[in-house]
Amino acid sequence: MVIKGKIWILGDNIDTDIIIPTEYLAMKRIEEMKKYAFSPLRPELAELIAPGDIIVAGRNFGCGSSREQAPEIIKELKIGCVIAKSFARIFYRNAINNGLLLIEHSLIPDLISEGEYIAAVIGEYIEYKEAKYDLAPLPPNLMEIIEAGGLVAAMKNKNI
Amino acid sequence: MKHTSIEKIIINNLKRDNIQANDIVTVNVDRVMIHDIFIPFVAEKFEEMGFSKIWDPSKAVLIYDHLVPASSVEDIRHFKIGDSFADKYEIKNIHRSDGICHQLMLEAHYVKPGDVVFGTDSHTTTYGSIGAFSSGVGYTEMAAILGTGQLWVKVPETVRVTVNGKLPDNVTAKDIVLRLIGDLGADGANYKALEFTGSTIFDLSIASRMTIANMSVEAGAKAAIFEPDEKTAEYCGILFEDLPKISGDRDADYVNEIHYNAEEIVPVMACPSSVDNIKPVAELEGIPIDQVFIGSCTNGRLEDLTVAADILKGKKAADHVRLIVTPASREIYKQAARSGILNTLISAGAIITHPGCGLCCGRAGGILSEGERIVATNNRNFLGRMGPASVDIYLGSPAVAAASAIEGKIALPKP
Amino acid sequence: MGMTISEKIIAAAANIDHAKAGDIHTVSIDRMMSNDGTTHLTIDMYNSMLKNPAIADKSKLVFIIDHNMPADSPKTAAAHKKIRDFAKTHEIAFYEGKGVCHQIMMEEYVRSGELIFGADSHTCTYGALGAFGTGVGNTDFLYAMVTGRSWVLVPETLLFHLSGSFREGVYPRDLILTIIGDIGAGGASYKTMEFTGSGAHAMSIGHRMALTNMAVEAGAKTGIFEPDEKAVEYLSAHGRQAKHLFKSDKNARYEKEYFYDLGKIEPVVARPDNIDDVVNVESVKDVKIDQAFIGSCNSGRIEDLRIAAEILKGQRIADHVRLLISPASNSVYQKALEEGLMGIFIDAGAMVVNSNCSVCWGSCQGVIGEGEVLISTGTRNFKGRAGHKESKVYLGSAATVAASAMAGKIVRAV
Repeated sequence: MVIKGKIWILGDNIDTDIIIPTEYLAMKRIEEMKKYAFSPLRPELAELIAPGDIIVAGRNFGCGSSREQAPEIIKELKIGCVIAKSFARIFYRNAINNGLLLIEHSLIPDLISEGEYIAAVIGEYIEYKEAKYDLAPLPPNLMEIIEAGGLVAAMKNKNI
Repeated sequence: MKHTSIEKIIINNLKRDNIQANDIVTVNVDRVMIHDIFIPFVAEKFEEMGFSKIWDPSKAVLIYDHLVPASSVEDIRHFKIGDSFADKYEIKNIHRSDGICHQLMLEAHYVKPGDVVFGTDSHTTTYGSIGAFSSGVGYTEMAAILGTGQLWVKVPETVRVTVNGKLPDNVTAKDIVLRLIGDLGADGANYKALEFTGSTIFDLSIASRMTIANMSVEAGAKAAIFEPDEKTAEYCGILFEDLPKISGDRDADYVNEIHYNAEEIVPVMACPSSVDNIKPVAELEGIPIDQVFIGSCTNGRLEDLTVAADILKGKKAADHVRLIVTPASREIYKQAARSGILNTLISAGAIITHPGCGLCCGRAGGILSEGERIVATNNRNFLGRMGPASVDIYLGSPAVAAASAIEGKIALPKP
Repeated sequence: MGMTISEKIIAAAANIDHAKAGDIHTVSIDRMMSNDGTTHLTIDMYNSMLKNPAIADKSKLVFIIDHNMPADSPKTAAAHKKIRDFAKTHEIAFYEGKGVCHQIMMEEYVRSGELIFGADSHTCTYGALGAFGTGVGNTDFLYAMVTGRSWVLVPETLLFHLSGSFREGVYPRDLILTIIGDIGAGGASYKTMEFTGSGAHAMSIGHRMALTNMAVEAGAKTGIFEPDEKAVEYLSAHGRQAKHLFKSDKNARYEKEYFYDLGKIEPVVARPDNIDDVVNVESVKDVKIDQAFIGSCNSGRIEDLRIAAEILKGQRIADHVRLLISPASNSVYQKALEEGLMGIFIDAGAMVVNSNCSVCWGSCQGVIGEGEVLISTGTRNFKGRAGHKESKVYLGSAATVAASAMAGKIVRAV
C-alpha cells in the first residue's frame, strides 16, 4: 500500500473543534460539513485540499471530543493519510474504524515543508525528498479493520 | 501479581486471573451511553452493520442534552431519530430533557463501581469517579457494542496521581485537575489511565471527584479511576460491604507516579486556547471579561452552584457582563431552586438556563462575539468553541468564575 | 366633544388642549424602548446616515436584549455586542437576560398617561397601565431617538365593555383570542382598543397585559385600560407614580362599541396559521402536539405560571412532549421560585428556560421541527413562526397549554 501526496502542515493539539466546530455537527451529511473543516484555524483550507493530499501535524492530533465526524470529514476531503507525532486516542480509534489511515511518526513532522510531496509505504517506510524513514506496522487487530474497509464492513462480515 | 485499579476491573470483567498493560482484550460492556448529537449516526451504522437487535437494551441509555432545548430546526431530527431507534430496539432508558449525560449516568445510578462503560462522548471518563472503567468511543464503535455487547481495548498503562493534605480555601478539585493537565500536557496521559489517590482525594466529595475524572480526558487519558469508599457507597446507594475492591496495589506496575501537596495548589486557569496552558489566577487578575459561564458536566453540580452563590450573595455581576448558570441536571436544578441558590444567583444578575450542555458545546446558550473574553467552568477552551476564533476562553473553578463575574475581570475569590 | 384616553394622552404629548381622531400631531415621546430584534440596525443607521449623530435625551431610552437570549450564534452575539457597546458608550439603560422587554418596561418604566414608542409591535402592552404604547419601525425609532419627537395620527377608538366574571378554567387570554376571532386580524387597524367595565376593572395588571398585548394582532395601534386603583397600586409597588390618570370622557366619541359577558367566554385556541381563526378548544381536541410553551410577553407572568402549576402539580407531561416554560422576567422567575412553582414544573418534566422571547418567535431555544405542532401562550401563530416552515402553532391559555402538555394532545383544562 503506497500513499503519495502534497503536504498540508498543521501544528500541535489540533482538536476536534478545529477539525469540525460543534456549530455544524447537526448537519445531516458529512458531505455538507466538510467545507467547514479546520475553519477556526484555517478557514480557507478545506477549499484548497485536493484528493490525495496529506496532512502532517505535530503532537496530539484529534484531541478533544469523541465526534467521529472529525475523521469522517478528513476522509470526505479525500486526504490520503494523516501523519502526526501522536494522535489522541478516541480520534485514533475513530479514524481506523472509518478506514482513514493514520501514521504516527516522531521525525517527519519537523522535517517537511508545506506544498512538498511525501510518500508512505505502509508498514515499511516514508519517503521525503529522496530520504527514507522507517515506518512501524500497525497491530494486527487494527489491520484487520482497515483491510475490511472499516468497522462497519468488519461487523457486516461477522454478521453474515 | 500486583495490579492497578483499571487492571483489576478488567480482570474482573474478563473473569481472568491476570492481564497486564498493553494487552489487547475484548471486554464485556456493562452499560453504554449515547447522546443526541450522535444518535443519528449510531442508528445508521448499527443498521448498516446488519444488526437486528441490541445485545441488551436494558444496558443502553439514550440522553438528549447537547441539543436541549433545540436551537435549530435540524436539532429536532436527532430527537425523532432517537425516539424511533429507542422504540424499534426497545431502549427504555431515555432522558429527553433531564440534564447532561454524564451527570445523569451517575445520578440515576446507571453506573456502578467496577462497571465497564462506554459512551459516545469523550467525557465518559467521568464515571471513574465512582470506580468504574469508562471511556469515550465514536459512533461506529458504539454501533458495534450495541450489536455485540463487547469492545476490544488495549489495557492502558496507569499513571498514579497522589494528592495529600488539605486544600487551601477557595482551591477546588478543578484547580487540582487543571494543574495536573498543565503538568502532564494535553497529550501527557494519552492512551493511559489516571489513578487518583491520597488523603486529599479521599476528602473530596463524589461531585469533586467527577470534576477531576471528567477532565482527565483533557490530558488525553483513556480513563480516570478513584477507589470506591464510603462516599461512593452512599452516592451509589449501595452498602459499603458490597463495593467491589478496586484499589491499586502499591507496588503495581505504574508507568509514572505524580505527587502533589494540597497546600501547594493554588487557584489556576487554563488560558486560551489550550487546556494545558495553565497559569495561576494571581497572574491573570485584572484581565477584563465579557461573560461568565458556570455549568457543564465538569462544574455544574450543586456544590459548584453553592460555591458560586456564596460568593455572589448580596453582590451583582458587573455591568455589561453576562453571567450564565446552567445546572447540570433536573435534580440539581430542583435542589438549587429549593435551597434558594437559584434565587440568590438571579438576584446577582445570573441568567439561569435549563440543564443541558448549553454553552460548553458551543451550539447555543451564550455564544460570544469577536474579541470577547469569557471565564468558564467547563472543560475545553479550544479555538472557536464558543464563537469566532477570536474569542478567548479561560477555564477555572466556580469560585474564580463567580469572583470574576463580580469584578468584570479575572479575579481571585476574596478569602 | 369629550376625549378618549388615547386622545388625552396624545394631546398632552403634543402639548395642546384637545386632540381628536384623525388629527396628525407632533408629539414628544416620554420613553423609547428597543430590543435585539432591530436595535443593531438602528445603530447602523445612526452611525451611517446622520451628519451629526446625537441622542435627544438618553434618559428616555431603554435597550433590552431578550429575543435571542442567550446568543445562539456568532451573528447574534455580534448584534448583541453592537447594542451593548452602544448602550455603554451612550449611557443608555440596558438590560440583558433580565426578561422580555415589555415585562421589564412594565416593571421598571411605564407610567400611566405616558406616550411610549417601542421598536416592537407588542409595545401596545403598556396600555394595561393606561399608557399609550405603540410599536414603530427602526427608522421611526431612530428619528424619535435623535429628535425626541415624532408624529402620530390620533386613532379612532373601539370600546370593549367587559361585564360579568370568567367561569372556572377560562382566562383573559381566552377573551382576547375570542375578540380577535370576532373582529378579525385587521378589525382594529390603526385604532385603539379600549377596555372598560366591571370585568376590566376586576382584572389584575398582569391579566390586563394579556389583553392589551394582543391588540396589535387585531391590527390596533394600541390597547388601553383606564388606570384605576389597581394601576396606581402597581405603580407604587414598583416605586413609581402616574404621569396622568386620564379617563375617557362620558361624551367621548367611539367608532364602535362591543359588549362581552365574561361568563359566556369559552376556552379557545387560535388555529394555525391565522390569529383570527379562533375556535373552541373542544373543536380541535385530540390534535397531537410535539411541544408546549408557557411564556412570552403575552402570558409569561406569575398569574399564568400559577394557573399552569395548579394543573401540573404532581402530574407528568406526556413522554414525547417537550414543555418549555419561560417566566417573562427575572422578577417573575424569582416570585415563581419563592412560591415553589419551579419545583412543580421541574417535577412534571418541564424545561424551565431563562426569561426570553425564544419559543414565541422560534429563536435560540425550543424551536420546533418539520411537521411538528406547538401549543403556545405566545403572541402569534403565523406559519413557521416557531421553527420549521412546515410546522404549526396553536395559541391558547396557560391552562389549555398545561393540560395539553400532559395529555400529549390539545385538551380543555377543565
